[in-house]
This record gives sequence, C-alpha cells and structure tokens, in this order.
Amino acid sequence: MNPKPPAIPFWRDERILKWLWQAGFVLLVVGGFAFLINNMLVGLQKQGMTLGISFMSGIASFDIGEMLIPYDRSASYWRAFQVGLLNTLFVSVVGIFFSTILGIVLGVARLSSNWLVNRLSAFYLELFRNLSLLVFLIFWYLGVFLKLPRVKEAVVLWDSFYFTNRGIGMPWGLPTSTWDAYRWILGLGLLAAWGLGYFLRKRNPLTSGLALFLWGLLAFLAVAVAGWFLLPVAPLAWDLPIVKGLNLNGGKILSPEFMALTSGLVLYTAAFIGETVRAGILSVSKGQFEAARALGFNDWMTLRLIVFPQALRVIIPPLTSQYLNLTKNSSLAIAIGFADVFYVSNTIINQSGRAVEVIVMVMLTYLSLSLLTSAFMNWYNQKTRLVER
Amino acid sequence: MTNTRSRPVEARPDPLTWLRQNLFNNWWNSLLTVFSLWLVYALGGGISVWAFTEANWRVIPVNLRLFLVGQYPLTEIWRIWFLVALLALLTGSALAIWAASYRRIAVGFALTPLLLALLPFSLANRLWLASLTLLGLLGWFMARNANLSMRRLVMWGGVLWVPVSVLIMSGLGDENPFLPSVGTNLWGGLLLTMLLTIVGIAISFPLGVLLALGRRSDLPIIRWASVAYIELIRGVPLITLLFMAQLMLPLFLPANVSIDRVLRAQVGIILFSAAYLAENVRGGLQAIPKGQFEASYALGLSGVQTTLLIILPQALRIAIPVLVGQFIGLLKDTSLVAIVGLFDLLGIAKTVLAQPEFLGLQREVYAFISVFYWLLSYGMSYISQRLESALGLGQR
Repeated sequence: MNPKPPAIPFWRDERILKWLWQAGFVLLVVGGFAFLINNMLVGLQKQGMTLGISFMSGIASFDIGEMLIPYDRSASYWRAFQVGLLNTLFVSVVGIFFSTILGIVLGVARLSSNWLVNRLSAFYLELFRNLSLLVFLIFWYLGVFLKLPRVKEAVVLWDSFYFTNRGIGMPWGLPTSTWDAYRWILGLGLLAAWGLGYFLRKRNPLTSGLALFLWGLLAFLAVAVAGWFLLPVAPLAWDLPIVKGLNLNGGKILSPEFMALTSGLVLYTAAFIGETVRAGILSVSKGQFEAARALGFNDWMTLRLIVFPQALRVIIPPLTSQYLNLTKNSSLAIAIGFADVFYVSNTIINQSGRAVEVIVMVMLTYLSLSLLTSAFMNWYNQKTRLVER
Repeated sequence: MTNTRSRPVEARPDPLTWLRQNLFNNWWNSLLTVFSLWLVYALGGGISVWAFTEANWRVIPVNLRLFLVGQYPLTEIWRIWFLVALLALLTGSALAIWAASYRRIAVGFALTPLLLALLPFSLANRLWLASLTLLGLLGWFMARNANLSMRRLVMWGGVLWVPVSVLIMSGLGDENPFLPSVGTNLWGGLLLTMLLTIVGIAISFPLGVLLALGRRSDLPIIRWASVAYIELIRGVPLITLLFMAQLMLPLFLPANVSIDRVLRAQVGIILFSAAYLAENVRGGLQAIPKGQFEASYALGLSGVQTTLLIILPQALRIAIPVLVGQFIGLLKDTSLVAIVGLFDLLGIAKTVLAQPEFLGLQREVYAFISVFYWLLSYGMSYISQRLESALGLGQR
C-alpha cells in the first residue's frame, strides 16, 4: 500500500491561497472605502450637513442661457439639471451627425486619386488630431466666434443669415393658425411613406434599403408639399432675423457658445472619424475594387455598394468610441459657458454647496449615456456583422 | 549571388503631364481641384493676412517666461535649468545606447534646443539652450560604447529623474538655505504641463498594467473589481474626475490632512489615464498566443515569473503604438486642469490676457498655445512612428 501523500499545508495550497488573496483584496478595498467615506461623513457632520438629494427640489434661482424646455429662475434644481441634460444630448446628437458626414468625406478624400484633395485631407487630419481639444475650443470661441462683427456691423448673407458676436441668426418658421392641422398632414405623409415601402417590399423583397428610403422620402415630401399648398394659410410663416437695437431678433439665433462648442467638437472629432474611415476602407481587399471594376461599376457605385458595406464592419467599433468621446468631450462646454449638464451641475454645486451628491449624479448621467450609446452601437454592429454560413 | 539587376527606372512625367494625371484626369477631379484651390486660397489667404499684418505678436515674447515656467520665482529658475540639463545629458546617453542607429531622431533631439533658441529669448538663455545641445552630445559620446553598468546607470537615472525633479522643484523646506520651498501655486506654464504629463505617465502606466492583468486574472473578485473600475472611469469625462478630485478629495481625507491643488489634479489625471492604459495593455495581452503561457509553465516558471518575464515584455511591445497614442492624449488632456484653476500652459493664458497692455489678444495667445501643444504631440507621434518602424512593429 502506498503511504498517504503528505497533506499540503494550507499556506501553500493554490485553491485556498486564491481565496485568501481575494479576501485580502476585498478587505483592503472595503476598508479603504469605509475609511474615506467615514472621513467624509464626519466632515459633513461638522458642517451640519447630511447626504441626500432632497435639496434638488429647491429653487434654482440662476439663469440658463439656452434651453429646449421651459425654464426660469423659479424652477427647481431638478428642472435646471434636465435643461442641462437636454442641451448635452442636443449638442451630442448634432455633433455626431455632422462629424460623421465630415469624417466620411475626409476619410474618402484621404484616399482620393486627386493629389491636391488627398494632401489637403492629410493636412487636416494631422492638424486636428494633434490639437488639444480644450485649447482649440477656447481659441475657437474667444478668437473666432466672439470676434465676429458687432450686431450693428453684422455680416449678412442673402438678407437672411446674420453673423455677429451675439450669435448667428437664420430664418426660421413661425407656426401660423393652420400649423396644428399641418402636423396631421405630416403624420399622414409618414404613413404614406411607410405604406409605399411596405408595398415595394411586398412586390420585390430584394429592394435595397436605400431605394426604400428614397421612395419613402419622396412620398413623404409629396404629401408635405401638397398639404402646404392645399391649406388656406401656409402653416409656417418665414421669420427673418432682424437687427433691433444692440441685439438680433426674430428667426432662429444660435448662440456663439453653442456654435463654438458644436462646430469645434465636429471639426475635432471628424479628424478621428476620418482616420477610422480611411483605415476601414483600406481594410477592404484590393480584389474587391478590381472585381467591382471588372463588373462595370463606376467609382461611386464601387464605393457605395461594394466597399462601404464591407468597410462598415471594421469602422463601427472605433466609430462608437469616437461618438462616446464626442459626448464626453461636450462637457468641455464649461470652459466656454455653454449650459450643458456639467456646466449646470457646477452652478448647482456653487449654489447649494452639495458637491458630493451632484458630482455623483453627473457621473452617473455620463455613465448611463455612455452605456446607452454603446448598447445601441453594439446592436447596430450585430446587424451589419458578416453573416457566415 | 550578386544582385546585378538594377531597379526599373521610374518614369518621371514632366510637370504638365503630372498635373493632368493627378489633378485634372476627369471632369469630377478637375472640379475638385478647382474647389480645393479656392479653399486653400480663401482660408490660407485669410489666415496669413491676419498672421502677418493684423496680429500683434508682441504679447508672446514679452510673456515668454510666463508661458514657459509660470510664476516660478526668478531667483530659483536655475533649478529648472539644472533639471533640464540633467535631462539633456540623460537623453543623449539614452539615445546613444538604445537608438544609436536612428540618426534622424538623435539629430532631431539635438536640434530641438537650438530651434527653441530661435524663440525671442535673452542672449544668456540662448547660450543656455545651446549648451543643452552640447550636454546632449556629451551624453552621447560618454555612452557610445557603454558597458552594462553604464546602461544601468542611465536607466536608473531616467527613472529617478522624475521624483528628483519634483523634489528639487518644490524645495526642501522654508528654512533651507540652498533649496527653499517653492509652493506649487507658483508652478505654471509649460513646466506644469510637462510635469503633469511626465508624472502622470510614470504613475498611471504601472497602474494600468496592474489593472489590465487584474482584468485578465482568473480570480473572479479581482477581475470584476478591475472591470468595474475601468468601465466606470471610461464612461465619464476627465473633467468630472478633476472636479471630483478638487472638491471631494479634501472631503474624503481626515480633517488634518490637506492636499495640494496640483496634487489633486494629478490624482484625477492618473486615475483617468490608468483605465485607458489598462485597455491598451489588455489589447497587447490578448495578442499573446496561449502557447506562450503553456511553454513557460512547462519550463517550470511560476505564474508571476511567466507574467513578468514572458508575457508582459511581448504584450507591451505589441501595445507600444497605442500606448504612445494614449500618452499623447494624456499630454493634450492636461490642459483641462486650467478649468479647475491651475496655471498650466493653457491656464496661464488668462493671466497674460488680463494684462491691460494685451487686452483682447485672445487669437494670438491661444493660437500660440495651440501651436505649442500641436508641436509637442506631433513630435511625440513622429518619434514613435520612427521607433515603431525601426523596431519592426506590425511587420512580424
């Protein structure tokens, strides 16, 4: 009979050691946090404060430059926070939209056979990728948008676009008495677009997404235009900006803060997106171009039908992180005074003295924005993924 | 076998043919060319007219010292010269030891102080800058045929340079006759930017490696803790972390411990950058085939030895390009400390623009600062690209 092997002492037993290590780690982390949070609670107690978010219902009593929902000084902190959040979302969505377009143009131009276009795009990419975004934003705001002419000396294009240091004015529609009815007609247009798409798909299941979209758009526009002229009074009155005293009035006025932030973010992010697009297109093998050529596709068709769908799979993951970066970078609004969620929160901290709660709230907000964006892009990525046999 | 075949002679088209082939080969390209030319003319023309006729660049030379070292006391500036001189010596030696075959990089480093001397410095400072090049050359020749101990000396010198610099810059106490304290509120300009960047890299890099290893660990609690940390930090903007460090760090610490504002910002930067570096290192780790682990275990190396001697060296080498990209990002991001009220290269601009003499010169000042950041990050990426191709990264 074999002698029983000597038992491994527990301090050399891998299985036990693993758990000991982790227990030690947990102890360290929990202990550290307990220490820090205890310090904070003791400190807050000395100042006679307790943690809690009930203060958020208090009256904000500060003004916000621009808002998408009604707000005034007598509204609550909550309302102010929502205004800021909506502004952040608005800047992010507009920024993502335009930077994607500019980025694709830059990425394609970087691969152009036209020497000048190619070099210009390369110059742009190198220039913006190596700038510090914050420095650029401040330069862009203080050095360009605030240095536009005063309202009295505004640069006016076609009598309708005003460029001034108080903002950029452009024509905008003012709802008239028939606007409510017109909204129903627009709804009808959407229905018509959907119906036409359904019909086309039914007739030929292979109809491409783009064709469906274009036909749908056409149907929608047809209904919209017909409705516009059929109504007794046009549903929207053209409202032109005008100079009134020292200010612009009427139309739609985009503040210099909003313009500087959004356009700055677009210019900066587009450079990174351009590089991503270029890498994506380069990842499509040369044979695909040649095959498309052999089949008689022209440049544009090759790009749209052959190369881009394949490049998209490579582009989407890095593109997602660029979108996330843009959203997070919009918090730099605080440096130029645009009322995004971070700027508003900072004002709330100054007004209420509740640093801990508000900072945790802001961080949770950005965290959920990031998670939502990446969830959406992951879903899109799944959709465009290569379907393998 | 000798290679007698010469390369085929490339046809060099005459300029007109070249133009036709590259710019005007069809109507679409011709249109693009004309549009691009107009764009270059409109933008480039406007910018050069402004830069050469309207801009008042005098604000830059007058405030050069503020831009470079902030309010650092004039009597103590020698400390910074001393540290920079040490750095020049170390850089020269390091280049001779590790990058001797890349002359262009070495020449670039040697020329940098001379190029800086073109900025409107006083004569004395220009001589100092020139002597930096000489020191670099000295380092180069000292270390050209370095033995092992010399290499170790240079390496440890580089590692120790960071803490030594911080120590020398901050001084040894108010009563110290030789190195009196200089409060961090006086540190500023490029000096502060570089300090935040270098210390940030030096501390967040090892932290990032630890986090990446933690994320790949087979101990579930450690793995989940690393994942939670990395994803949490990557989900929020840097500026919220900086605010947290400024506003909450003092709350978290015991009442009798006060923590310096620069240090707080540095903590925020390190916490932020570590999470991103961890992801980059993880990318490198994932590229290491399983066979490497198995071979290493088969040779009887322990888990720690495998990680330190086999896996990490390969993983980090793969990750160099993205790591450098992250370091550049860190440099660009240090400008955010200006928002929390530090006087780094960006923050000092407010001080400059508040001078009654230079009111309203935002364009000049911020353009100058942009150019500075641009040169720094472009330089970093250029060097890393050279080193990457020299190391054969991405080719094996």
